[in-house]
Amino acid sequence: MTVYVLCFALFLVGVYGILTKRDLVKIILSIAVMGYAANLFFILFAYKSGAIYPILTKGATDAPMVDPLPQALVLTSIVIELGTTALLVALAVRLYQKYKTFDITKIRRLSG
Amino acid sequence: MIILPLFIAIPLLAAFLITFIGGREDRWGIGLSLAGVSVVLLLALYTFFMRNGDRLVYEIGGWSTPFGINLILDAFASFMLITVNLLAFTSLLFSMQYIRYLSRDWKYYALFMLLVTGMNGVIMTGDLFNLFVYMEIALLAAFALVAYGGRAEEFEAAFKYAVMGALSSVIILVGIAVTYSAVSTLTMAQIGEELAGKDPLILHWIGGLFLVGFGLKAASMPFHAWLPDAHSSAPAPISSMLSGVLIKALGVYVLIRVFFNVLGAPDMFLTAFLVLGTISILVGVFMAIGQWDFKRLLAYHSISQIGYILLGMGIATPLGILGAVFHLLNHALFKGLLFYNAGAVETALGTRDLRRMGNLTRLLPTTSSTSMVASLSISGIPPFNGFFSKLIIIIAAIEAGLPIYALLAIVGSLLTLASFMKVQRYGFRGEKMIEVVKQHIGAGMNTAMVILAVLCLVTSVLVIPGIKEAVMDPVVSAILDQSEYIRLITGR
Repeated sequence: MTVYVLCFALFLVGVYGILTKRDLVKIILSIAVMGYAANLFFILFAYKSGAIYPILTKGATDAPMVDPLPQALVLTSIVIELGTTALLVALAVRLYQKYKTFDITKIRRLSG
Repeated sequence: MIILPLFIAIPLLAAFLITFIGGREDRWGIGLSLAGVSVVLLLALYTFFMRNGDRLVYEIGGWSTPFGINLILDAFASFMLITVNLLAFTSLLFSMQYIRYLSRDWKYYALFMLLVTGMNGVIMTGDLFNLFVYMEIALLAAFALVAYGGRAEEFEAAFKYAVMGALSSVIILVGIAVTYSAVSTLTMAQIGEELAGKDPLILHWIGGLFLVGFGLKAASMPFHAWLPDAHSSAPAPISSMLSGVLIKALGVYVLIRVFFNVLGAPDMFLTAFLVLGTISILVGVFMAIGQWDFKRLLAYHSISQIGYILLGMGIATPLGILGAVFHLLNHALFKGLLFYNAGAVETALGTRDLRRMGNLTRLLPTTSSTSMVASLSISGIPPFNGFFSKLIIIIAAIEAGLPIYALLAIVGSLLTLASFMKVQRYGFRGEKMIEVVKQHIGAGMNTAMVILAVLCLVTSVLVIPGIKEAVMDPVVSAILDQSEYIRLITGR
């Protein structure tokens, strides 16, 4: 139970960062932290204490294995997050070139 | 059925071919993307009208259901495919001239085809995580396309959109994790079957996470903040793709699939749709009335019109669903058209401010007459399609014993009329005399607008009794018949 609470705390750290930070780079990092929390959450659901890794080898004992599917899904999700982060960083660079600042409160040319 | 993967493979192949043989010019980009979208549109029309009522399943790689991913094409999916690819086709016609003002290379067309790929994939897939992946393909393309113009405002809007997109994707991923931990499968039909006997608390968790996640994508009311910036800053054909179909394919369509076909329409969430829908209708339209930026006004109206679709979903009687699905198609047509009008006016006059337009009926005859059609249609004036879909939703609300919601929907419709009278009065038929246009509107842009204007009138026939039973009823029954959806995949 403690791991789930800690994982949720990590998630909240990410959400807190997105909501309160003013620096574009810190917002991007917060999104990454939130993504890690979601991935960790997924892995935790599949974890069984004392189970072995889910690869069948010759002579392996038939001990309980952890569920391999979430691990495969999380790999995909990490790649997707990499793509999103790269795009966000690219946008942040271009925003810096246009506005000469990373401060989100000074980047307000669009009316609310 | 071999036809199913083509809906995803053709646009994806087009995107990659464009990148390889694009060269410096945009000729290959235009040719390949138009060819790809036309073929997909024809295939969608074929599956909808020739194989009506058939539900097709394709198992990717030949892996049977619990192990592999399957693609499903029922009447609702092919209805959505027609909507998406029809709008993509007209958007490409419009883009040919419009995008040349921004740049002359192929990148736009490659990204556009990835957007279409993502949406087609989301519509057809029968697997929850696969849906997530296609959604991200569409979203990444959309972020890049919003920023395509390269002005400061566009980067700002794209950044906001990307942050909100990433936030909602993470929430959806957590929702998928919770679902998997509860039922140990990601095939949507099996989830529906397994969840039937579980603790209702799990249903609330899954439903709540998906409601927030996909609600953010659909921009329904408390989750709408990103939409006006992103949709008004994007190039006009992309605005029309985002407002017309992207928020529906990734938002409303998935909400309908998840809540009706998978979770079995739980009452608590239907009430949530009713309330969120009504709030969206009213707040969206109130915020729209005050806008002078034409595209920003249209973007706020998208929130309001999504509200009507959610209201129809929340009523959840066959008539309410019919109204929701019909309004989904109609909104794609008239909102797409209105964004083309805004793009054409921006091309001709170099402004989006309604106060700096005026007297456009003589200078831009096609644009102003099609904008009249679209304005009447979105405001719900007969005989245009918007009237019938709103009428169906309102009648369904009254029949379901929800007269308050019906009244609020009518109020929203009147306010919509008021704000589009403002558009016509100041924008297209104003007193300000404008003598010359900066740039002429080419044949491609005019064709795109005329096609959608004609369709705004033609889709009204879908309410005529004989045609309604043949065309719309399979779509409605595909949504409401959960057991049929489950039986299709599991064979039970």
